[in-house]
Amino acid sequence: MVSAFTRILANHHELVHFNVDGVDCVAPAGEPLATSLLAAGYLMLRQSPNQHTPRGAFCLMGVCQECAIHVDGQIAQACMTPVRAGMDVQLRGVV
Amino acid sequence: MSRSSPHDFDVLVLGGGPAGMVSAITASQHGLSVGLIDEQAEAGGQIWRAPWAASSGKDASPEVRDGHKMRETLARSNVSCLFGRRIWSVTDQYRVEVLGADGVETYQAPHLIVALGAHERVIPFPGWTLPGVMGLAAATIMLKAHGLAPPKDWVLAGVGPLLAAVAAGYARKGHPPKAIIDLSGPSDWLATLPSLASRPGLFKQGVGWVVSILSSRIPIYFRHAIRRAEGQDRIAACVIGPVDQDGHRVAGPELSLDCDALMIGNGLVPGGEVPRLLGANQVYQHELGGWIPDCDRYGRTSLKHLYAIGDGAGIRGGAVACSAGQLAGLAVAHDAGFIDAASFARQSVQPLTENQKLAAFSAAMAHMIRLRPAQVASISPEAVICRCEDVTRQDLVCAAKAGARDVNQLKHFTRCGMGPCQGRMCGDIAAEILAQEHQVSRQAVGYWTARPPLRPISLQSMLGRFEYSDIPIPKPAPL
Repeated sequence: MVSAFTRILANHHELVHFNVDGVDCVAPAGEPLATSLLAAGYLMLRQSPNQHTPRGAFCLMGVCQECAIHVDGQIAQACMTPVRAGMDVQLRGVV
Repeated sequence: MSRSSPHDFDVLVLGGGPAGMVSAITASQHGLSVGLIDEQAEAGGQIWRAPWAASSGKDASPEVRDGHKMRETLARSNVSCLFGRRIWSVTDQYRVEVLGADGVETYQAPHLIVALGAHERVIPFPGWTLPGVMGLAAATIMLKAHGLAPPKDWVLAGVGPLLAAVAAGYARKGHPPKAIIDLSGPSDWLATLPSLASRPGLFKQGVGWVVSILSSRIPIYFRHAIRRAEGQDRIAACVIGPVDQDGHRVAGPELSLDCDALMIGNGLVPGGEVPRLLGANQVYQHELGGWIPDCDRYGRTSLKHLYAIGDGAGIRGGAVACSAGQLAGLAVAHDAGFIDAASFARQSVQPLTENQKLAAFSAAMAHMIRLRPAQVASISPEAVICRCEDVTRQDLVCAAKAGARDVNQLKHFTRCGMGPCQGRMCGDIAAEILAQEHQVSRQAVGYWTARPPLRPISLQSMLGRFEYSDIPIPKPAPL
């Protein structure tokens, strides 16, 4: 059984619902989306455009672009995007 | 159109890490109007990065506490904080284009301090693109700012003090790695001890790390490196093997470790693209992380009124960045005529002395995380070097054999560095491979040409919102 990424920071932020490829997910409002996705077990976020190999968040500081996905129809880096209620996240290769 | 008119400041500071914050505060204290621009919502950079949710002060690390203190000082200063803005273009007379929540904005100032920090170097190996393989700096961000622990079976690998900091940090939170793979040996760590003599606070912190690591009984594989990672849609195992002090593979048993995550980092590369874009002279300084702008001790580059400080101007660490920030802040105040030469000289003494005191320690740390050419020589042919474009070492070697002599030719031959990270993840390694293939210096193979946009932004956000009627129609030419 694969173990998961877990939250270790105590926070009192309101939990909000957002969806990933149509699946309902819950995370504290304002949490970096990359963190929410890892905590929800979404490690693979996209495939590389040439060799179509699986990719996931890598640098978490906005440099590598590996976590660039579709958020509400726009390309966004998950590590730089805070989670909002009702966010529509689509995991399909964009870069 | 959402494009605003230029805002004028006496000085603009790019990057809100320690160097940027301190230089902004210093310049502001001397009466200059200062605009401080950063992509994050709060100042702090990576080392002082603010936790996204308020953490209790009790278990905050010294870095988080130092960051909070400096953010408070910044809040009390007259510095205009322009956060949540992505810098995508910097041109002459220091016109800076940013993209924020309200679209594109332009800021302008006669003086520019660039303090944009560094990014991580990871020596590629087959499987390093698998989900679950992440940077060591990413692990510190998860630990300090994002509040996330890796899965139970995770492996920590690489080189330098961050290894110990991350291992100890997660051990204290009850999530120790199942193994530490350290390129260094115990003798490398012992060699840094004399330089710590001048830094009792850090020495104490280091002892604390060692105690946490030892009491968690984490197995440490000294003089080992990751050979490859295996898995389908995510990492399932990593294979480690022995190396010598230069990172060259040596004979000895390989060991496979089952794991659900691997955090790995091999040092830092200065992110010098803004001074490069503006045409400031560059020098290659291996021990300082690679190509950096040629600066005097106040951070003045070869271009008038352009200053570069912090890890982006050479890897020296957070403490040196603070005194460098003070020096650049004073130099700007002097060069802009806000303080006279005598006052500049008098006030520079303390930060210059501080820098001198810190030099031995920062040099020892930078040496520990330096690029080992032998480690690059050991990269397997099938390993992806450019993650964005899936360019392998073999592809680069073929291009070198076909006649690519400098890195920009290499880029044209292979698309290495042409993807959305704009060569930040692969640039240092690709250049090293090319230099080794031709048996020439890193100076001879050069560096990527820097071009705007400095970070990917959409054309839509660059243009802003407009109606058809907003498009100016030129008068028809007379018949």
